[in-house]
Amino acid sequence: MEARGTGGGVLALDVLIAEDEPSILEALDFVLKKAGWTIGSVMDGEVVVDTVRRLRPRMLVLDVMLPKRSGFEVLKQIRADASTAKLPVLVLTAKGQQQDRRVAEELGADIFVTKPYSNVEVVEAVRSLLGDPADKRAGA
Amino acid sequence: MTLTADLVIATAVAYVGLLFVIAYLGDRQTRRGAASFLRSPFVYTLSISVYCTSWTFYGAVGTAARSGLEFLTIYLGPTLVFVGWWFILRRLVRISHDQRITSIADLLSSRFGKSSRLAVLITVLAVIAIAPYIALQLKAITSSIEAIAGSSEFGRGSLEGWDEVGLAFGVAAGMALFTILFGTRNVDAKEQHHGVVAAIAFEAVIKLTALIAVGIFVVYIGGGMDTIFADAARVGIDVHASNTFGDRWIAMLVLSAAAVICLPRQFQVTVVENSNENHLRTASWAFPAYMLAMSVFTLPIALFGLTFMPVGSNPDMFVLTLPLAQGQDWLALFAFIGGFSSATSMIILESIALSIMVSNHIVVPIMLRLTSGDGIGEGKGVRRLILNARRLSIVLILFLGFGYFYFTRTSDALAPIGLISFTGVAQFLPAILASLFWRDASARAAIAAVAVGFVVWLWSSLMPSFASSSSLVADVLANGPWGIAWLRPQALFGLDGLDPLTHAVFWSLFLNATVLILGSLASNQSALEHVQAALFLNVFRRTSTDAASMTGSATADDLFLVARRVLGHDRAVDLFSEEARIAGTPWSALEPSPAFIRKLERELAGSIGAASAHVMLSKVVSGDSISLEEVMQITDETQQAIEYSQELERTSTQLRATAEKLEQANRQLRRVDLQKDEFLSQVSHEVRTPMTAIRAFSEILLDEPGLDSTSRDRFMTTIHRESLRLTSLLDEILDLSALERGERAWENRRLDAEDTLDQAIRVCDALARQSAMTIRLGPRAERAIVRADPDRLSQVLINLISNAIKYNRAAEPEVEVRSRCQDGTYIIEVEDNGTGIDAAERERIFEKFYRGDHIATAGNAGAGLGLPISREIVARMNGTLELIATARAGACFRVSLPMAEPGARA
Repeated sequence: MEARGTGGGVLALDVLIAEDEPSILEALDFVLKKAGWTIGSVMDGEVVVDTVRRLRPRMLVLDVMLPKRSGFEVLKQIRADASTAKLPVLVLTAKGQQQDRRVAEELGADIFVTKPYSNVEVVEAVRSLLGDPADKRAGA
Repeated sequence: MTLTADLVIATAVAYVGLLFVIAYLGDRQTRRGAASFLRSPFVYTLSISVYCTSWTFYGAVGTAARSGLEFLTIYLGPTLVFVGWWFILRRLVRISHDQRITSIADLLSSRFGKSSRLAVLITVLAVIAIAPYIALQLKAITSSIEAIAGSSEFGRGSLEGWDEVGLAFGVAAGMALFTILFGTRNVDAKEQHHGVVAAIAFEAVIKLTALIAVGIFVVYIGGGMDTIFADAARVGIDVHASNTFGDRWIAMLVLSAAAVICLPRQFQVTVVENSNENHLRTASWAFPAYMLAMSVFTLPIALFGLTFMPVGSNPDMFVLTLPLAQGQDWLALFAFIGGFSSATSMIILESIALSIMVSNHIVVPIMLRLTSGDGIGEGKGVRRLILNARRLSIVLILFLGFGYFYFTRTSDALAPIGLISFTGVAQFLPAILASLFWRDASARAAIAAVAVGFVVWLWSSLMPSFASSSSLVADVLANGPWGIAWLRPQALFGLDGLDPLTHAVFWSLFLNATVLILGSLASNQSALEHVQAALFLNVFRRTSTDAASMTGSATADDLFLVARRVLGHDRAVDLFSEEARIAGTPWSALEPSPAFIRKLERELAGSIGAASAHVMLSKVVSGDSISLEEVMQITDETQQAIEYSQELERTSTQLRATAEKLEQANRQLRRVDLQKDEFLSQVSHEVRTPMTAIRAFSEILLDEPGLDSTSRDRFMTTIHRESLRLTSLLDEILDLSALERGERAWENRRLDAEDTLDQAIRVCDALARQSAMTIRLGPRAERAIVRADPDRLSQVLINLISNAIKYNRAAEPEVEVRSRCQDGTYIIEVEDNGTGIDAAERERIFEKFYRGDHIATAGNAGAGLGLPISREIVARMNGTLELIATARAGACFRVSLPMAEPGARA
């Protein structure tokens, strides 16, 4: 599985999405691109950390239920590595349980979003983590 | 030969001398340990026959002559006891051996908390009650000597000038001397007198032989039994005439049965002198047999005497006067010796038994009270004192007997006098029975009961016997004291018309027993009584020694002093040496253990009675300030605490068990709850995932009016597909839940599974063509009858085949379906040529919501419930669904179903 940078090879990647459900990934990709960010994606847990190191995204949208390696494990690895420890991470989960939210916070997730979410909610969350007005770029 | 009083007296003295020799030899043999025959059950039985006194020897004939068969009751009572109440005697013997009981007073005192008062009361009562009995023997001997002396002109010899009273006094004095020589030579640890017993046994043989000799002689000269009875009938004597089988019979039966237990001498020979419990077995038939032999000739002698002796002859002397009248002097002398031996054996034993009681229960306690705590006489003082006390008692007892004889000498029948004594000692019976069988009987009640019985006996039985010698008594008898009619001695409380004996027996025993029962119910036992009652009741169950009766400690020296004074130097040294040997310490360092003090107390009790031994040791043993009552209370409380804690323990064990069960149930509930949570969480995840896609795309469609139609169509298709996925997911969840609960109506019926397989393949054919793959048909069974639900089986097969199609990403995807029948099992295999499933995942793929990684990559993923559902369905058809390993790389699922007709087609 190869991560794809949709915003072109040279351009820095804004958001890396780690999500195994194709239709959800497609919807997220559409919404975030529409908001003006460059998007990359991976579909299994094993490649997330490598992809982060290689593509240096400004943030990560991370699903918990990933094949091969769970989102929580990935998050733990990212926080453990000094080079990626500061990376803003948005955790997505379909389980929607209190316990998952707590685990995510303990592991250092910046924002926790429960599926199904509204598109606006995710866009706002990503914007708050990236700290810049997306429309400015979108307009560019 | 002419019989004279001198000759008779000389013979009697010689006979006594013979007895003395026998007793001496008996003692010597016993000391040597060689006299095994002295310990035989027959010697024991013969000694018990001391019951048959001169009263029976002479008096039975007299009774038969006056009252017909009534004399039999005197034998029937003891027979009933020995044959039927054997167990009571055994119990008495066992208890007495265990407790070193020395007398009947000691027995009752011991049972009722080692009560000195009870012991004194019993002793006094016994001495008074036995006085008439002793008098009876004196009278019998005197009468027999008089009978011989009066038979010839010069018969009185040197008795000339002696009247009956003087003769009786002489006999009494002689007896006292003889008994003192016989019975008080030493104080034995167990109060056993083997020499005396040997002499008594010898006397038993003599009196029986004499009586039978007279009997045979009478039958011989009377011309046989039949002739004697016929002659008697001819002169108008009817033995059945007078008052037979009435209340008097019952009273006499009760009395004689009580007497054989309660008489001090009977207790002495039956219980104290018993050396082996098993001897009772022999005695239980041999003693009644002895009594039967004694009574065989009673009636013939009586009838013959009544028929042929001159009118006015004393029937009590028939045994003697019949041979005399026939000129059979030797036989008469033998008969005299028989009667004399009956009397002497009774007097000797009775006075020994009574003197033991007097010295142990009256003299020793007084002495203990008079001396201070540390000095108990000097040197061998106690032993000498005891012996002197006994000697004095013997003199007193015989003097009392003589006194009674003196005051009642005008009454000539022997039997009524004996019955007065019987009634007196019968007053012990309620207390004895209570001591053996009733735990709650209390000392106070026993004392009151015996006292009440005693008073009633004095009033209604003993006093009336003085009527002939005292006009005052005669007046009281007729009118009551001070004219109070209901206190008349022979018609108490208005109970008139009964035989005087029955009347006395009824009132004395009735009031006695009533006071005992009511008193015991109304009063409490002391601690020691409680202990002793338990010991008596559990005598056959007890294994350990009795409860601690002494607390505190004493020095060996003090104890030795006490032991030496009571037991004698040798015995005391023996005891202490043995203890020192057991303890493994030298004499000087001996520290008496509580067990040793107990043992010592029992040894002392054997010499001076339980109550005195207890008091004596209490003076030496420096008791802790804690009293026995307190110890008992502590013991009781401890016992209660133990019981309570045992109960608690039981309860807490039950609680623990319950708690464990609850814990188990709880764990199971938690596990189920966790499973449910897990399941719900997974369901939530599975539902949320398509919902997320649907919501996201719906919002995009809503928010982006300018979306190009290609994207719009694509998004709408996704929404539609995700909706379908959601629906099928919910269907599957419901389906699985129903299957697991087993609620779904399910019908397994006979069908040809090959048809169902064909149908499933046809359904999947379209899907296969869509995916550009082929379904290859392998070898097939032609016909396979199984019991199954056709729709469900079809669902499983479609699921397997479509999975194989959907998840196969080989370049040239292919599914092979084959079937066969093998050993009564129908087997379907669905194999694809895809990437296959890792060994690690083989079992997990049947878990709910589990999706292999290969599935995730395929866009059209299911909810992960298909395989669990299929497996559940196959299980309901008694088959199995499994993933098997094959030579090729792809996955191969196998369904196995048992065939309904195994032989149909191989």
